[in-house]
Amino acid sequence: MIKSKTKYVGKNVLRFEDERLLNGNGQYTADINFPGMYHVAFLRSEISHGEIISIDLEEAKKLENVYGIFLYDDLKHISPIISKSNMKKYLPTKQHILCKKRIRYLGEPIAVVVAKNRYIAEDAISLINIELKELEPIIDTINASNETKNFVHPSLKTNVILERTFSQGDIKDVNLNELISIKKIFKMGRKTPLAMEPRSYVCDINKRTNELTLYSSTQVPGIIKDAIMTYLGINGNQITVIAPDVGGGFGGKASLYMEELIVVAIANKLQTPIKWVSDRYEDLLTTSQGFEEIIEAELLLNEKGNFISLNSNVYGDIGAYSIYPWTAALEPMQVAGFLQGPYKIKNFYSNVKCITSNKPPTGPYRGVGRPAAVFVIESLVDMAARKINMDPSQLRLKNIIRKNDQPFKIGSGIVWDKVGFEECLKKALSLINYDKIKHTKKWEGIGIATYGELTGIGSKISVAPGMPLNTGSETSILEIDSTGSISATFGIASHGQGLETSLSQVVGDNLGVTPNSIKIKQGNTSLITHGTGTYASRSAALAGGAAIKVSKKARNHILNVASFILNVPKTEIDIEDNLITQKNSNKKLSFPELSRIIYSDMQTLPIKLRKPLIFVESYDPIFGASTTATHIATIKINPETFKIKIKNYVVAEDCGKVINPMIVDGQVQGGVAQGIGAALFEEMKYNENGQLETATLADYLIPNSLDVPEISISHLENFLPNNIGKFKGMGEGGTIGATGAIANAVSDALKHLNIEITELPITPNKLYNLISNKDKK
Amino acid sequence: MSNEIQLKTTINGIEYDLTVPARLLASDFLRDNLNLTGTHVGCEHGICGSCTIKIDGLTARSCLKFAVQLDGKKVETVESFKEKPETRNILEKFKAHHSLQCGFCTPGFLMIIDELLKSKIKFSENEIREALSGNLCRCTGYENIIKAAKEILAHKGIK
Repeated sequence: MIKSKTKYVGKNVLRFEDERLLNGNGQYTADINFPGMYHVAFLRSEISHGEIISIDLEEAKKLENVYGIFLYDDLKHISPIISKSNMKKYLPTKQHILCKKRIRYLGEPIAVVVAKNRYIAEDAISLINIELKELEPIIDTINASNETKNFVHPSLKTNVILERTFSQGDIKDVNLNELISIKKIFKMGRKTPLAMEPRSYVCDINKRTNELTLYSSTQVPGIIKDAIMTYLGINGNQITVIAPDVGGGFGGKASLYMEELIVVAIANKLQTPIKWVSDRYEDLLTTSQGFEEIIEAELLLNEKGNFISLNSNVYGDIGAYSIYPWTAALEPMQVAGFLQGPYKIKNFYSNVKCITSNKPPTGPYRGVGRPAAVFVIESLVDMAARKINMDPSQLRLKNIIRKNDQPFKIGSGIVWDKVGFEECLKKALSLINYDKIKHTKKWEGIGIATYGELTGIGSKISVAPGMPLNTGSETSILEIDSTGSISATFGIASHGQGLETSLSQVVGDNLGVTPNSIKIKQGNTSLITHGTGTYASRSAALAGGAAIKVSKKARNHILNVASFILNVPKTEIDIEDNLITQKNSNKKLSFPELSRIIYSDMQTLPIKLRKPLIFVESYDPIFGASTTATHIATIKINPETFKIKIKNYVVAEDCGKVINPMIVDGQVQGGVAQGIGAALFEEMKYNENGQLETATLADYLIPNSLDVPEISISHLENFLPNNIGKFKGMGEGGTIGATGAIANAVSDALKHLNIEITELPITPNKLYNLISNKDKK
Repeated sequence: MSNEIQLKTTINGIEYDLTVPARLLASDFLRDNLNLTGTHVGCEHGICGSCTIKIDGLTARSCLKFAVQLDGKKVETVESFKEKPETRNILEKFKAHHSLQCGFCTPGFLMIIDELLKSKIKFSENEIREALSGNLCRCTGYENIIKAAKEILAHKGIK
């Protein structure tokens, strides 16, 4: 038996992506041009709710170098986008490719201009005369849910397009008089994923073969290819979707966009390449947004600090449409799903409403549901600790689901298994030296958050509840060509995670070759029969699993062939550093020699051993890998300016086997930075008129280099999941833990004022209002 | 709209003499006319810093300048970095410290660090953070960019 080697997994292999991205040879979608290419620009709604009365294109059409203007009627052969779900009580929305008559959010596309370049296309946009009738915008989430007349989709006769109740245990069996109640209304503001690369699409057409190639800044080329078949009727062998270098995603590039379909439809119609690159304003207005919930929550506990019951109502503002393919269920349902967190609580009740409003659709954003859930449960725990005068770390340890309690099914039905909740919490406490620093001064605070997360999920669990799409498997094709070159193809689409490097480490170990000798191919639908993309902390666990399976299969076959060629038993052969050798002898074969014998030498091998070196394997972990981390933050508030400064930040996390520690730490650091943004800065603010008050990067603030501290990170690798590579997903966790930890640290810093944070982001403005309102009382 | 203006400029050591539309942004000129797509456009309102280039040795946002404002200037873009040892070292330090993930904002950070490197001043870590705070990165959380910057600037002495 050959002992398993991990020569590369677990090592800081420097990223193969970096050279091109650093020296200017990276190729993002906006960098791609084709001869004869036209550019498009969109006329977008400047109101959030209304109807189109008339559109006059006459002046715009007269402009030189304008090649076409398309309205809904010109593209009405494209059926409305409908995101299906098999959840009960779900009312799907119909999203037209361009506004037909009704306008449902600010920035919704109405017309598309095709011109010689973007400057001229925008000139033409400014010459379109449009008459609109304004309708009262539906902005406030709670009002929208109670609305009886004014609906985002009048035919649905409600703004609540999905409702579900989770319930476990029976609170009636408990004597409420003996219990302490912590009851609050929490608010999580709306965010934008804000990848630095705005969304962009270029569609090329090969007139000889009539094949289309869509270059898209997408995380999900496989999903987009399937949607193009569904909505444009273009067969999969006539369209290739390529995600080239993609400048970040964070969920914002994981859904189908109208612009994406339009670029393909127009390229096909005009038989010429078409390009659209979003400007930042368009990106802020129209890229799927994140979060936005109001959560009424009550934690009941006894005097000893045992949690008895968690009850909640979640009002999720999903914007104007149920997003394709994730549906309205994605974000709000996961708030409830993960609300119980890592705690033993016998009784659980949550009612979730997914509510339409005149805002852009919400979609996946790093953490999905869990940043809000963690903010709520971890705040309740700290509030309870203050109430019963117990140290918050002790209250957590008292109620936490331990190793011996697992597998443990929480109230929403999620099962925690092989998760080191207690161990991460204890590790984080020791990292920050908790016992020495827990008693904080006025205006200084410390906050803890521990969360549970499901990652790398297989086919038995949907990424979004009820969504009819298989996100639970990954396929890998490993090929060794006539020159002995190795390539491995996947359906994932790396957009900053360094998956070309990580997967080559996995293949390298399992095949016996160096990572830099493997070409990892990804983000291209023509190379693989099925794939979806990269999202939901799945790629390392699923593609990593497929990589292991396919590499082992290839290795086994190579050993069989080499055994024949070298005339030694298979068990005596090893493959290491790209050499196939007989152990303890000097008999050896290189990969080019092996390929030459298989492909070109018609004598050495029998025919059955001359088959091409192509290996295919799929991996489906069936369930998922549950994981956790504890984040602890210490902060200081400037009592003059109310600026919140994060002083120390520690993360103890459990991501299973670490493939590349440098990349994993980078994901944690970046995730925490986004969590800091969610907690302290970021909010897409729509006023009562439906106008966006944060429509520039001077108004929508994300953390800069002065706002994010150094983060001390510790990995626990002793809770390995049941999946093949023992990998857990970890791309989102950084964001998930930060909301709760920071909110608790701020509340701790304000304990001398009896102020508890129930709304994120907590900006200096909001802090000032909280404090001055308190003074008045 | 065909208001064309003559432009004589030196980009990465190559002299250009051409006419461009008066309203053409410097960022679009570099990317579309010269195919220097290493300069990225992230916001077009001067906040994110992805489009930062060097004009006569000083960093500037190319999205806030018209192409014609490059007239008579010496411009450096990220494409010039791989050849010269000093700038090559910046790239290598970014690799070693995993200072980039998606790479989209990276050219802007490289420009700022190169400017710090060529100034005569010594910087403290906080001053480095301050100097980089005008550039936004959504992937890295900045920590690894700061680490690389400190090492790149180390031989000048960190305050």
